[in-house]
Amino acid sequence: MHEMALCEGVVEIIEEEAKRQKFSRVRAVCLEIGALSHVEPEAMRFCFDAVSRGTIAELARFEIIGVPGAAWCMPCGKTVAVTQRFDPCPDCGSYQLQVTAGDGLRVKELEVE
Amino acid sequence: MCTVCGCADAHDHKGEHGHDHHHDHDHEHEHEHEHEHGHDHGHHHHSHGTHDYGAGLAGVHVPGMSQERIVQVERDILAKNDGHAAANRARLAAAGVFTLNFVSSPGSGKTSLLVRTISDLKGRYPIAVVEGDQQTANDAERIRATGALAIQVNTGKGCHLDAHMVGHALDALPLAQGGLLFIENVGNLVCPAAFDLGEAHKVVVLSVTEGEDKPLKYPDMFAAADLMLINKVDLLPHLDFDLARTIEYARRINPRIEVLLVSARTGEGLPAFYAWIAKRAEVARNVVRAAE
Repeated sequence: MHEMALCEGVVEIIEEEAKRQKFSRVRAVCLEIGALSHVEPEAMRFCFDAVSRGTIAELARFEIIGVPGAAWCMPCGKTVAVTQRFDPCPDCGSYQLQVTAGDGLRVKELEVE
Repeated sequence: MCTVCGCADAHDHKGEHGHDHHHDHDHEHEHEHEHEHGHDHGHHHHSHGTHDYGAGLAGVHVPGMSQERIVQVERDILAKNDGHAAANRARLAAAGVFTLNFVSSPGSGKTSLLVRTISDLKGRYPIAVVEGDQQTANDAERIRATGALAIQVNTGKGCHLDAHMVGHALDALPLAQGGLLFIENVGNLVCPAAFDLGEAHKVVVLSVTEGEDKPLKYPDMFAAADLMLINKVDLLPHLDFDLARTIEYARRINPRIEVLLVSARTGEGLPAFYAWIAKRAEVARNVVRAAE
């Protein structure tokens, strides 16, 4: 389950930011998870609970903002919405798509004290 | 109701604050009132009946987040791995080493393919291998039997190699100038897709004894790979495997993926794979020569 490793990355980012932005407790963590990224949001939530134990982010609320997927359709020459990697272009049905958005995975912001 | 002891009265625990309201109070924090009722405590200037979170300190509204102190982070979770990967890539480029990261489900024949490839190419290139498995050094031993240098990385409970582990493996692995480095990832079609190791290309191996729809079932991996090797093609006469459909599915996910049909057992199709490597390894060597 690579979500575990990714959540360890989230905790590391939080601990680095705690030093940089001077806070000692995290009440909420807000992540942006793209629809085409490599993770399952609910698995992230589960893993974060486990990985954050004993850290300044223990018991923090875990907020997930979904980022919709988009791709450049080569035949249409325009950006179209996609929900999964194997979606065809909703307009022309082609699979000649290049993902342009929604494949990211970011810590957006934290609510701290 | 008190959320600490559950009793019906509003009261303080540990005397943290002295507010006396007829509704929830909090125990460790001082600011939950703002969202419970319509007046402010000095830093939120909204009128009664209107809660304008968007006008708070951070200027954005995140559902469920109070405006007390929001710190902007905006950091990519994979950035740390990607930093290690960039360092590995720079190190490999400086040595003119051409690196492939082999990914697949368990049992697709990655190790057999590497053993065969190394045996066939060891006269042409110095070759080193990083072997990733949860446990055992069996694969590294199979590779070492060919005469190539191999480092086994046991990920323990980990389901993938990350760039930091590969960096440590490179510390222990003398890289010959102009050579090849093969990284055999943990057999897993899911997790290794997310982790750049510093390779030139991910190569996904799919054997004909698996389902045709694997590219659709595990799209992230096929999206991340530049080359798909369809292995065990010597078994095709005995199977109902639909080769054309598999390739079509893979190209739905990744229109640019290159496809080669191979058999590690019979050697069928491998010369085309070696030519694919030779062309790119030459480029990697020339970049170093040009820099000298």
